[in-house]
Amino acid sequence: MGLIGKSVFRKEAWEKVTGTARYTADYPATDSLHAKIVVSPYAHAVIKSIHIAKAKEVFGVRAVITGEHFPLTGEEIRDRPVLAKNKVRHHGEAVALVVADTPQQAKRAAELIEVEYEQLPVVHSPTEALKPNAPLVHEQLGSYKKEDRVYPEPGTNVANRTKIRKGSMERGWNLSEVVVEERFSFSPSDHAAMETRCSTAEIHPDGNVYIMTSSQAPFMVKRLIHDYFGVDIGKIVVETPLVGGAYGGKASIQLELLAFIASIAVGGRKVRILNIREQDMLTSPCHIGLDATVKLGSTRDGKIQAAELLFLFDGGAYSDKGADLNRAAAVDCTGPYDIDHVWCDSLCVYTNHPYAAPFRGFSHSELLFTVERTMDVLADKLGMDRLQLRYINAIRPGDTTPTQVKLNKSNVGNLPECIVRLKKMIDWDMGMIQDLGNDKLRVKGVSCIWKTSTIESDAGSGVTLSFNPDGSINLISGVIEIGTGTKTILAQILAERLKMDIRMVHVQMKVNTQSTPEHWKTVASRGTFMAGRAVLAAAEDLIEQLKSIASCVLRVQAADLEVGYGKVFLRDEPETHLDIKDVAYGYVYPNGNGIGGQIIGRGHYNLRRLTYLDKETGAGKPGPEWSVGAQAVEIEYDKKHLTYRIVRAFSAVDIGTVLNEKAARGQVMGAMSMGLAFGGRETFVFDEWGRVLNPQLRTYRPLRYGEHPEYHVEFVVTPQLDAAYGARGAGEHGLMGMPAALGNALSLAAGVKLNELPLIPEQIWKMKQKEGHSHASL
Amino acid sequence: MLPYDFDYYLPKTVEEGVRLFQQLEREGKIPVYYSGGTEIITLGRLNLVETNAVIDIKAIGECKEFTIKDQQLIVGSALSLTAVEEKNVFPLLSKAASGVADHTARNKITVGGNICGQIFYREAVLPFLLTDSHVVIAGKNGLRQTPIHQLFKRNLKLQKGEFLVQLHTDRRFLRMPYVCVKRRQQWDTGYPLITVAVLKKEDETRIAISGLCPFPFRAFEMEKSIQQVGPLGDRIQEALRHVPQPVLDDVEGSSGYRVFVLEQMLQDLLRELEGNHP
Amino acid sequence: MISARLTVNDEEREIAFWPSDTLLFVLRERLGLTGAKPGCLNGDCGACTVNVNGTAMKSCLMLAVEGMNQTIRTIEGLKDSPIQHAFIEHFAFQCGYCTPGFIMNINSLLKKHPNADDSTIKEFLSSNICRCTGYQEIEKAVKSLLKINREDKAGLPNDE
Ligand SMILES: Cc1cc2nc3c(=O)[nH]c(=O)nc-3n(C[C@H](O)[C@H](O)[C@H](O)COP(=O)(O)OP(=O)(O)OC[C@H]3O[C@@H](n4cnc5c(N)ncnc54)[C@H](O)[C@@H]3O)c2cc1C
Ligand code: FES
Ligand code: FES
Repeated sequence: MGLIGKSVFRKEAWEKVTGTARYTADYPATDSLHAKIVVSPYAHAVIKSIHIAKAKEVFGVRAVITGEHFPLTGEEIRDRPVLAKNKVRHHGEAVALVVADTPQQAKRAAELIEVEYEQLPVVHSPTEALKPNAPLVHEQLGSYKKEDRVYPEPGTNVANRTKIRKGSMERGWNLSEVVVEERFSFSPSDHAAMETRCSTAEIHPDGNVYIMTSSQAPFMVKRLIHDYFGVDIGKIVVETPLVGGAYGGKASIQLELLAFIASIAVGGRKVRILNIREQDMLTSPCHIGLDATVKLGSTRDGKIQAAELLFLFDGGAYSDKGADLNRAAAVDCTGPYDIDHVWCDSLCVYTNHPYAAPFRGFSHSELLFTVERTMDVLADKLGMDRLQLRYINAIRPGDTTPTQVKLNKSNVGNLPECIVRLKKMIDWDMGMIQDLGNDKLRVKGVSCIWKTSTIESDAGSGVTLSFNPDGSINLISGVIEIGTGTKTILAQILAERLKMDIRMVHVQMKVNTQSTPEHWKTVASRGTFMAGRAVLAAAEDLIEQLKSIASCVLRVQAADLEVGYGKVFLRDEPETHLDIKDVAYGYVYPNGNGIGGQIIGRGHYNLRRLTYLDKETGAGKPGPEWSVGAQAVEIEYDKKHLTYRIVRAFSAVDIGTVLNEKAARGQVMGAMSMGLAFGGRETFVFDEWGRVLNPQLRTYRPLRYGEHPEYHVEFVVTPQLDAAYGARGAGEHGLMGMPAALGNALSLAAGVKLNELPLIPEQIWKMKQKEGHSHASL
Repeated sequence: MLPYDFDYYLPKTVEEGVRLFQQLEREGKIPVYYSGGTEIITLGRLNLVETNAVIDIKAIGECKEFTIKDQQLIVGSALSLTAVEEKNVFPLLSKAASGVADHTARNKITVGGNICGQIFYREAVLPFLLTDSHVVIAGKNGLRQTPIHQLFKRNLKLQKGEFLVQLHTDRRFLRMPYVCVKRRQQWDTGYPLITVAVLKKEDETRIAISGLCPFPFRAFEMEKSIQQVGPLGDRIQEALRHVPQPVLDDVEGSSGYRVFVLEQMLQDLLRELEGNHP
Repeated sequence: MISARLTVNDEEREIAFWPSDTLLFVLRERLGLTGAKPGCLNGDCGACTVNVNGTAMKSCLMLAVEGMNQTIRTIEGLKDSPIQHAFIEHFAFQCGYCTPGFIMNINSLLKKHPNADDSTIKEFLSSNICRCTGYQEIEKAVKSLLKINREDKAGLPNDE
C-alpha cells in the first residue's frame, strides 16, 4: 500500500480545526459540582490550624475537606498526603478542598479558609539538602511504605540513590592524560501544556467509580486508586478524551486523587476540578531541577577513559516519579559514548520545591546538558574538534552501556552516521565562529543525544480491532492522543498490514479503561513501538479469522488464502475471492444460512527480558533499545549587549523507520522548540522563602511565534528489528540536546563558561562580572 | 472567572459617568472606571482589585476621540492601543504602545487604562511625558485640563471619582525625531526589562523610562547631564547618577543588570539621535 | 443576572449571565461553544481567542456584557475555510488545544492584511502560545494563505 513514511493527515484533524475536538473540560458539567484547591503560600511550614467555618457558610458550598484521614500516596515511596497534613512542604501544596455548586462559589469559599502556619527553615536546593545540618523535608522517611527497588536514606533528604559502577575508576584515571571537571545547576521549571489539568470523579451507589481526566496514564489512575483507597480495581472506570499537551506532566497521578476525595465528601456526586494556570504550575507536579558535577578523563588523542558523575536531582517535596527520573539519568549517565570506567551516583533529593513529574526526555535533556557541556570543555582542553571528539567516542554496536548492556546493530541507532550527517547540515568545516562585524558573531554549538526507556520491565499494550459491515475497521488502543499523532500512525500500520485504504480505518480517540485494552502509559516514546506491535498482532488475528471463514465458503485451505485490497483471495488465483465486507460480519449463504459473526481481532505486546538494576553496580537491562542523534544550534550573538537570537537549529536523529514523515518532523521540531525554551528562558524563580515568583504564563514564558529559529531535521534510518516496520520512538529526542547545544554555542560566543540554565543574557553578564572581578584581583 | 460579582454601567456622556460614580459611592458601593478592563479582570481574578460596580467609559464620545483640533492631537483615553497604532498619527506613541503586551491583548487594552493602571510599566505614558502633553480630567466640577507633569508623579494623581478623558499633545511634537526601544529579559516576549523613549526637540534631548523603577518617569535630571558638553560616555555616566530610586530588582532582572542595560541603551539611542558628534 | 442577546456565529442568542462573567465563560458554559479554550484566564496564552467585529479578542479579557451589539465569531463559526485546510495540510497543530485560538487570530489577520509581511504576521501570531509545534508549520500554513500565494480568497467570513 506504500503507507509507510507517508504524511497521512491525522485522523482527528477536522475535529481539531473546527473546535469540535473535546478535551476533558469541554464535556458539559451541568450535573457536576466544582472543587477549588486552597494552597500553601509557604514552602515549608507547620500547619497550626485550619478554620473552615466561614467557608462552609458560603451559599452553594457542599463540602470542605482537609487532610486528616487520607492515605499517603506516591508511586515508589508513599510519602505524599493527598492534602497536606501537619505541615506543608512546598509553595502551592494543596491544603484544603472546597466543593460547591459553581466554580465561583467554590472559589469564594476557598478564599475564606484561614490557615495558620508557622514557618520552618527552607531547603532551597539539592546541594543544600545534603549538607549535614540541613532541615529534613521528611522526618518519617524510614517509616514510609515503598517499592523494593527504591533506596531512600532515612535521616537525610535522599529519596533515592542509583549507583553505576562499571569498570575500575582507578584504572580509568590512570589511563587519563587529560581530566576536566565541571559543575552545573538549574532550578525546576514547568511543562506548561496549554490545557491545564482537569479531572472529574463520581462514585455511584453500587460503588463504581467513574473518573474522567486529562492524563497520559488512565490505567495507572485505576491501579493507584485501587492501591491507595482499596477500591476494587474492576469497579474503577477511567476515561480520557483528547489531551491538550502533556509532555510527561500528565503521567503523574495527582488531580484525580483530589477529585476522588472530593466526590467521597459529597456522597459520590460528580465533582470537577479544573486547574487554574497558577495551580497547574505549582500544585500539580513540575519539571525537575538538577545540580551536577561531571568529571571526564581521556587520553591525549581523545579516547575517553573515565567518567565520574554526581547528579543531585531536585525532586522537590515528594518523590513520586522523581525517584524514577534519577534512575533513568543513571542508566544513560555518560551520554552516548563508549566509556569503560564509569562511576555515577544519581540521587533524587527532597527540597522544598514543587515536586517533579516526568518531562519529555525523562531526565535526559537534563543529564545531557551537563555531559555535553563537559564534552566541549574537554575538546577545548585537548585542542580537538568538538564533533571529532564525539565521533571517536560515539557509542556503537559491540560497546556496552553504563548498566553493562551489550549493544548490537538493532538495539542502538547509528550515532557516527548522525554526526557525519549533522556536520554536513551545519557546514561544520566552515568553522564554529563567523564574525559579522558590528559586534555580531554567528556561532554554532553541538550536542549528541541518546536515550532508552526505563519504564516498567513488563509494560504492555493491547489493541482490539472490530469490523463494520462495510469492511472498515474500528481500531481501539489504550494509547492516549496527546498530540503525538500516534493513533494515526497505528492506523497506518494497520492499513499497511491489511493492504487497505486508510480511510477505512476508524480510530477511537477516547480511552475508556473498561472497554479499551490497556496501554501501560503513553510515555517514553513507547506508544508506536508497543502499540504498533499490538496492532500487528491484532491484524494477524483478524486475518486468521477472515481466512477461516473464507476457506469454508470457497472450499479451500486457509493456508492458500491471502488478505488485502478489501478481499480474501486465493494466492495463485486472485479472481477466486470474497469481499471482506461479505465476511466481516460473518458470511451468509444464498439460502440464508450464516456462519461466523462480527470479526473481532485482538493483539498484545509486552516488553520482554528487561531487568531491574543491581543496587550496588546498576547492572541490568532497563530498556529495549537506544535511539541516538546529533544536534546543533546556530546563534547570532551581540558582543556589546550580551544578547543573542537563535537563528537555526538542527537535528540528525535515528528514529528507525519513519512511519509518517511530516508527523515525525513535527514531533522533532516541536521537541526542539521546547528544548530551546527550556534552555533559553524557562525556569521557576524562587524567593528567599522558597516561593515561586512566576507561576503565570505572563512571567513564565514558553517560546512564541517569531522567536523560533529555522528548523532543519534529517533522519538517519537504522530500523529496529523488533519494532513495527522498524520504527523507533521519536517523541522526545528533538528536545534532549537543545539546552546543551545552546549552552555550547553561547559559551563559545561569550567566552565564559555558562553552566546554569536558563541561558538568559543576565547570566552572561553575571559571568562576565565575575571574570572581570577575578581578573581585577589577579 | 471573577470570584465576585458587580453591576455594570455604560454611561454615554462624561457627566453621566461622573454622576454614576458619585451616586454609587453614596449607595455604599465601590465603583471603578472600566476602560479596556484587562487589568480589572486579571487582577480581579486574584482579588487584587475590589469593586462591585464598574463604569465602562467606552461609550463616552470624548473618550474615543482621535483627532487634531487647534494644533492639538487629541487622544481619547478609551482608545485601544492598536487603534492608536493603526492610525499612526503619533509615531512615537504607536511605537511605545506596540511594545505593550501582545497584539490581541492590545485590541482590548486602552491608552487611559494603561496610564491609570497598577502595573509598574505603563509604557503608553512615555510619549505624553516626553511631549509635555496635557491631560483632560473629568470630575465633580466638570472637565479640567492640566499639564501632565503636574499630575503624573509616578502615577496619575486623580481625585476620587475623577477619570482621565483625553490627552492633548501639541502637534509640533508629532514629527520630531524619536527613538523608543524595549529590552526584555530574553528575546521578544514579556514585560520590559527597560523601555527607553527619547525625543529630540531641536537641541534638547528628552528621555523617559519605564521598567527601571516601579514607575515610568520623565528623566529630567538625567536629561540635564546628557545636555552638557563632553564625550557621550561621560555624560551617560553622569546621567546614571541621577537614576531615581528604587531600581527594580525582581524576576525580570537584578538592579545591577538593569543599570548595565540602561547604559547600553542610552549609548545606542543617543548615538543614533545625536549623529556622530562626540 | 442579566438577560441579554448576543450575536454569535450569525445567530442571535438570548442568555442569562452575570455582568462579571467573561465572554469565554459564557461561550463555554452558557452557549456550549467549547472551541475557545481556557489556558490561563489571564490574557497570556491566546487559546481563548475569538473574533469580535472581525478583530481578534482574547475572550478571557472581555466581559460578556461588552459583547452585546457586537458580531462575535468563534471557531465553531468557521466552516470549511481555507485556514482550516491549510492547518491540516501543513501539520500546523499536534494536541490541537491552541488551534482554535490561532485560527481565529489568523482569520482576523488575513482579513486585515491579506498580504501581511513577516513582521505583521509575527506581531499577530506572537499573541498565542503553541507548546507542541515548532511554529514553522504554522508559519507555512499562514503564508500559504496570503493573497499573493493563492487564487481565490473565498471562505473568510466578513464580520467588519
Ligand atoms: C498579556 C498581557 C501582557 C501585558 N504586558 C504589559 C507590558 O508589557 N507593559 C505594560 O505597560 N502593560 C502590560 N500589560 C498590562 C496592561 O498594561 C494592563 O492590563 C492594561 O494597561 C490595563 O489597561 P485597560 O485599558 O485594560 O485598563 P482597565 O483594566 O480598564 O483599567 C486599569 C485601571 O485603571 C483605571 N482606569 C482605567 N481607565 C481609566 C481612566 N480613563 N481614568 C481613570 N482611571 C482609569 C481602572 O479603574 C483600573 O484601576 C499586559 C497585560 C496583558 C493582558
Ligand atoms: S485563556 Fe485567554 S489568553 Fe489564555
Ligand atoms: S498544538 Fe498543542 S499547543 Fe499547539
